[in-house]
Amino acid sequence: MKYHMYTLCGLLMVAVLAGCSTKGGTTDDSMAAVDDRSTAAGEGAVATGAAGPGTYLGMSIDDPNSPLSRRVIYFEYDSSNILADDQDLLTQHAGYLTTNPGQGMTLDGHTDERGSREYNIGLGDRRAQAVRRVLELQGVSPEQITLVSYGEEKPAAEGHSETAWRLNRRVEIIYSGY
Amino acid sequence: MRGFFRSLLFFLLLHSGLAHSGLTIEITQGVEGAIPIAIVPFGWTGGGAAPENIAAIISADLSRSGRFEPLPDRDLVAHPTGASQVKFQNWRMLNVDNLVVGQVMPAASGQYTVRFELFDVYRGKQILGYSFPASQQDLRRVAHHISDLIYEKLTGEKGAFNTRIAYVTTTGSGKNKSYTLLVADSDGYDPQTILRSTQPLMSPAWSADAGQIAYVTFEKKAAEIYIQDIGTGSRRKAASFPGVNGAPSWSPDGKRLALTLSQDGNPEIYIMDLDNRALKRLTTSPAIDTEPVWTPDGRSLIFTSDRGGSPQLYRIPAWGGQPKRITFEGKYNAGADISPDGKKIAMVHGENGVYRIAVLDLPSGVMRVLTDGRLDEAPSFSPNGSMIIYATGAGNRGVMAAVSVDGRFRQRLSIQAGDVREPVWSPYSQ
Repeated sequence: MKYHMYTLCGLLMVAVLAGCSTKGGTTDDSMAAVDDRSTAAGEGAVATGAAGPGTYLGMSIDDPNSPLSRRVIYFEYDSSNILADDQDLLTQHAGYLTTNPGQGMTLDGHTDERGSREYNIGLGDRRAQAVRRVLELQGVSPEQITLVSYGEEKPAAEGHSETAWRLNRRVEIIYSGY
Repeated sequence: MRGFFRSLLFFLLLHSGLAHSGLTIEITQGVEGAIPIAIVPFGWTGGGAAPENIAAIISADLSRSGRFEPLPDRDLVAHPTGASQVKFQNWRMLNVDNLVVGQVMPAASGQYTVRFELFDVYRGKQILGYSFPASQQDLRRVAHHISDLIYEKLTGEKGAFNTRIAYVTTTGSGKNKSYTLLVADSDGYDPQTILRSTQPLMSPAWSADAGQIAYVTFEKKAAEIYIQDIGTGSRRKAASFPGVNGAPSWSPDGKRLALTLSQDGNPEIYIMDLDNRALKRLTTSPAIDTEPVWTPDGRSLIFTSDRGGSPQLYRIPAWGGQPKRITFEGKYNAGADISPDGKKIAMVHGENGVYRIAVLDLPSGVMRVLTDGRLDEAPSFSPNGSMIIYATGAGNRGVMAAVSVDGRFRQRLSIQAGDVREPVWSPYSQ
């Protein structure tokens, strides 16, 4: 049974990666595309039955040239919408997590400094939840993901203008042990 | 011109008086019609230097309230220390309504006696007169108590000088950032660190008896709420659930803590019974519900929710029920504090990209913006309801500021190092 799960996960990865290289467009298109992909991936698993455990596509979590080295997702003001490029990035992270079900991850949600601090904690949480939802839709187990919202308490960039704020409205992906 | 003079005067006066506390107070907007008062340096009957400058502390307190305009030291025509030395006609010529004189005397076993009198200059009459025993470390507290007595006698409103403030400071940046939770006297004197961490500290909240502080700490790389006894420094964990553990607020009876938890999926308001840790969930909405504060009667809470599309304030009964929206002006109203009489709500009010402190007067429904900063936040009422302390940006760092509830008087309180945020004024201690 466990073996079967791994097989499915590996296949999901193949399908998902195949999908993401060709997609683009607006946020809305991309949102829809994510749903489509997961459906397609399921069907693909039934049709081909190829990859098993340990036959991951070769992307390393340590490799600075791997797409997985990008671990920050940025957001618009007071928004938790995930932009199109980041949907693709999250698909790759989901792939890594599904093929490595023992790997845990923390999603740290952050906001810019404007407004009230505890509301910003709520907003950071909502951003981290949005990222988690995308990962879970692609087969990542809820047990692999921990959320922490820091609100505005840990800015990535100091400063009091949009230049800093846009870098601070973010979710950071932190792999356990890395 | 008069405003500029006042500003300069108080800056110098308070700067010299409080230099060793690392805090300066700058009056950024004065009030016409403040009560002129003469506070004569207290006599000292012992040898050597006086143990404390009581008159300077009283003078600083009264000017910080925005209700009084103490006469500059150099304009004092005489230095009486008791009723028999007071010549009222001299003080009438200076147009001061009231006069404070006093004396500090050595008493047995290193103690002191502080005596003071308040006079109505026009009627030529003593209207207050007290004598207090004090140890060396009590002297500042006695001075604040005298300020309270004078303030109450002349304004009819209880003073709030003998209270404290808690606040968070940060120093350093990036990986070397350090967070400190401090408690200081209401004039910023004697700041004491009660917690230091390399991870964020936030949302300090005083217990109703001013003996304990609840706060949020990320020291374990996740949010937790602790309750710390201020006197002993001992602390206990109150909440450490998965996700958000935030926005603690004590019930007026001190038995319950309102807080925000996201353990059920998104931030919701809960009430924790502090005796048995039982939790009662108060809100059920897919929106962000957070920042609960109790009304003084303990019967309801005001909180922030963006269930209507943007953050606004809502009221909900403490036993649960349907929340009712109470703010309608502007797209952003959050982080409420309630005045001790329950009639006013202070909040962070965002409009056109700036965030300022506004007060909603509940009986009239009138909302007023009181501050003029760009990133003002964390309003907290003084326990007599006359002032609101808040955090504001000054240059590139955060400082504390205070504004009178009518918005007419503003001042900035700067400590020398670091970034100051989330000042919270204590209740009266019990």
